[in-house]
Amino acid sequence: MRPEALVFQVGAFVLAPVLLGVINRTKAAFAGRTGAPLLQPYYDIWKLLQKGAVYSSTTTWVFRAGPIVGLAAVIVAVLLTPIGKVGAAVAFPGDLVAFAGLLGLMRFFTIVAAMDTGSSFEGMGASREAMISAIAEPALFLGLLVLVLVSGSLSLTGMMGSIVVATWLRTTGAVLALAAATIFLVLLAENARIPVDDPNTHLELTMVHEVMVLDHGGPDFGYITYAAALKLWVFSALIVGILLPVQTGSVLADGGLFLAGMLVVAIVVGVIESSMARLRMLHVPHLLTAAGGLGALAVALALVAG
Amino acid sequence: MLPLLVALGLPVVGGALAVALGRFPRAATAAGVLSAVAGCALGLVSIGDTLATGTVIALRLPWRVPYGEFSVAVDSLSAVFLLVIFGVSLLAAVYGARYLLAYRQHKSLGAPWFFFNLLVSSMALLVMARNGMLFLVTWEIMAISSFFLVTFEHEKADVRNAGWTYLVAAHVGTAFLLVFFAVLGSQTGSLDFDRFALRPLAPALASALFLLAVVGFGTKAGFVPLHVWLPEAHPAAPSHVSALMSGVMLKTGIYGILRTLTFLGPPPAWWGFLLIGIGLTSGVFGVLFALAQHDLKRLLAYHSVENIGIIALGMGIGVWGMSQGQTTVAILGFAGAILHVVNHAVFKALLFLGAGSVLHATGERKMDRLGGLLKKMPVTGGTFLIAAAAISGVPPLNGFVSEFLIIMGSLSSATGNGIATAAPLLVVVGLGLIGGLAVACFTKAFGVVFLGSPRTEHTVHAHESPASMLLPMLILAGLCVFIGVGAPLAVGLVLPAAAQIAGADSQSVMSNVATLTSTVQHIAGVAAGVLALVALLALVRWLLLAQRTVTTAVTWDCGYERPAPCMQYTSSSFAQPLVEIFSRLLGPRRHLERPTGYFPHSASLHTETPDIFLNQGYRPLFEWVNLASISLRWLQNGRVHLYLLYIFVTLVLLLIWQLGLRGGV
Repeated sequence: MRPEALVFQVGAFVLAPVLLGVINRTKAAFAGRTGAPLLQPYYDIWKLLQKGAVYSSTTTWVFRAGPIVGLAAVIVAVLLTPIGKVGAAVAFPGDLVAFAGLLGLMRFFTIVAAMDTGSSFEGMGASREAMISAIAEPALFLGLLVLVLVSGSLSLTGMMGSIVVATWLRTTGAVLALAAATIFLVLLAENARIPVDDPNTHLELTMVHEVMVLDHGGPDFGYITYAAALKLWVFSALIVGILLPVQTGSVLADGGLFLAGMLVVAIVVGVIESSMARLRMLHVPHLLTAAGGLGALAVALALVAG
Repeated sequence: MLPLLVALGLPVVGGALAVALGRFPRAATAAGVLSAVAGCALGLVSIGDTLATGTVIALRLPWRVPYGEFSVAVDSLSAVFLLVIFGVSLLAAVYGARYLLAYRQHKSLGAPWFFFNLLVSSMALLVMARNGMLFLVTWEIMAISSFFLVTFEHEKADVRNAGWTYLVAAHVGTAFLLVFFAVLGSQTGSLDFDRFALRPLAPALASALFLLAVVGFGTKAGFVPLHVWLPEAHPAAPSHVSALMSGVMLKTGIYGILRTLTFLGPPPAWWGFLLIGIGLTSGVFGVLFALAQHDLKRLLAYHSVENIGIIALGMGIGVWGMSQGQTTVAILGFAGAILHVVNHAVFKALLFLGAGSVLHATGERKMDRLGGLLKKMPVTGGTFLIAAAAISGVPPLNGFVSEFLIIMGSLSSATGNGIATAAPLLVVVGLGLIGGLAVACFTKAFGVVFLGSPRTEHTVHAHESPASMLLPMLILAGLCVFIGVGAPLAVGLVLPAAAQIAGADSQSVMSNVATLTSTVQHIAGVAAGVLALVALLALVRWLLLAQRTVTTAVTWDCGYERPAPCMQYTSSSFAQPLVEIFSRLLGPRRHLERPTGYFPHSASLHTETPDIFLNQGYRPLFEWVNLASISLRWLQNGRVHLYLLYIFVTLVLLLIWQLGLRGGV
């Protein structure tokens, strides 16, 4: 791998928390507040890593393993995620399946760690997370399937590399737009954003992801916060990979464009969070089924076009 | 071949000895277990050569049964199934020793060990049989020996009920197989498997035979809607038998379909579509019903239906690839299906053994009365967690590897084939949905049983099982990790069998092996990477916390001071959102007693999800059959001389028919 490319691979791990900061600044701007500093997520993670820990007496090693396994899984997922046209650190045919599997592993351990507390709040969060992600999973697969069909490649790097301006100008453009919409809805659901979940809610009863990690503290919670940032990063990177067909030939320019794209995705998420309320829990499955419907439509179009 | 025959005979002899020693429970157990272990170990050693090099070993002995011949052989396909049968049986026997001893006060242990060993030997002989008559006889021995194992606790009414359901289902399946072999035999003039393949069949006839095989073998495997016996029989059986039946015996149905595919010539595409359809239905229904269950062993039984569905998806992709002449797709599909047979045997056996360990310690199968067991039973809980993650199909464990192969098979079919590939692509989406629901199902099973605080008194006093029960579980858990990290090795083991079914020539196999191995090495790399990162991050956390204050406190419950175990989320409440979404398919029932008045003294909510196929399909059908048969009651009046008359009249009629036929010619 070329050294410039390596810089961007490492950059993913360094820059991921900025996305959270950008979303929060966007929301602050809409609300007319100054908002927390852009680098607040870094301060939070740093502070958490400095702290001791308090564990519930109900919990076992599973509770402590949850954040560790979750972070390990998402780190490998980041390595598989292409930095736009620069490509991923690791690419092989079928890496998209491993990508989805790793997110499944992260979810599995977040859920069991939450259930380990024996709290009804965390049980409720775990139950909702299981429900949301079970319906989001086929939608994600449909979105990725579209990319396989359009690009003819079985690796994420190959897919993103093959999407150029001409791909968007042909009939496949509409297909790609649908795939991006599908994956964007999955991004909102998987990263606990409005309209599926509200990361800023103050009432345990209304939380999903936040309530699952309610009893974690100290370095464990630092791991969780960082893992959440990385998870947002990988989904945003998929969106940018689809929507940014420009390839300059220079790694630096490609990488720079990619980072600009990531910024835009974060701002869009912030705008959505500022401009709409979250859905009632009963309507969340409808939204995700709609995402799956868009994906299915895109697959059908891609098959007819191909 | 001789060592293998000894390996088959030894458990049966030991089982007979156990019956003779029935009055001495420990001696009977020793005879049964030791002979099973010795037989399985010998069997494992004897198939090593075939697994490594693909050498076929065969033996033919004359047999005086009409059309019968004692023809047995071990090829790559048989060897993989023998590996599963011997491996899991060995561990289940070791586990069963202590498990069954708990019943020694009021039960003879001779017969259960006899039937257990007979089941092991019959399953092994079944996958070696190369003659239709031998196959059917072995199939029947397998069904009957497992029936007696299911009805071990026959003093309970629900166990007897489950036993009957199983017996009826098994024989309905056998009826289809009887027709299958009769038609195949009449076409080829012999019941010899080798000759089946030589005579090309008319396409319509081949398709009819394929359908017969799918119904006959599918009943054993548990395809929806033929699965209804499965959630009844598996919870009723002792846990090491459930492990053997669910982990291994179901797979003889899969073996039957795979073996059938080698007789019937080149398949049309719709066979693949049929298997994919069956796989999607079984997968989705299986996991949804599993999710809605409250009984741990019933949940596991339904989940076997889901995994059989995944295997059917792999076979469907394989058949579709064959029909299109896409060897890579076919090999990927079959390799995924066969590896999932191995994987499911490993983690499902482990899960049933874990459930048995919980039952042994608490006497409880209802998940909502358990809880917090991980602290009391660290090994059972830890291994159950590994199996639960493995069955959910997440890396770095084994379930992911086989699902990966199946998805890769369907994706490889996708490029450049247009709309014709829509059905294989459905597999990808279906596996996504099944995987997501499986995570929900197994976080529920593990979380409710092993995490949180104990919900009842006898759960509080639970104790860990003895070492002889834990050792098999530890070995199986190790295998879950080993197949995940050593994926290239595991895939290499099943590849020859997959190539054999796909009918691929050696050149295309070699080119496929090269690409497949490099891909699978990446998967193993991902698995190893995850494990290494887990170790690294755990070390970092340990270093961070080493010098700091780490205290314990009560779980945060919004400042509520006295959290009680009954406030925890239960298995029903955890599954409620998903059960609600899919309520049209599942038909859950709620029994609600509302609190009334200003000082309500009672209120209750009870939910259950009975099998809609059983209640709305088979039950009315069999009731109708029953009603229809009542009109024939007068024939069956209990007088023996009348029965003799029936036999006499039948014989005379047959004689007249036969003579008339001859006369006509």
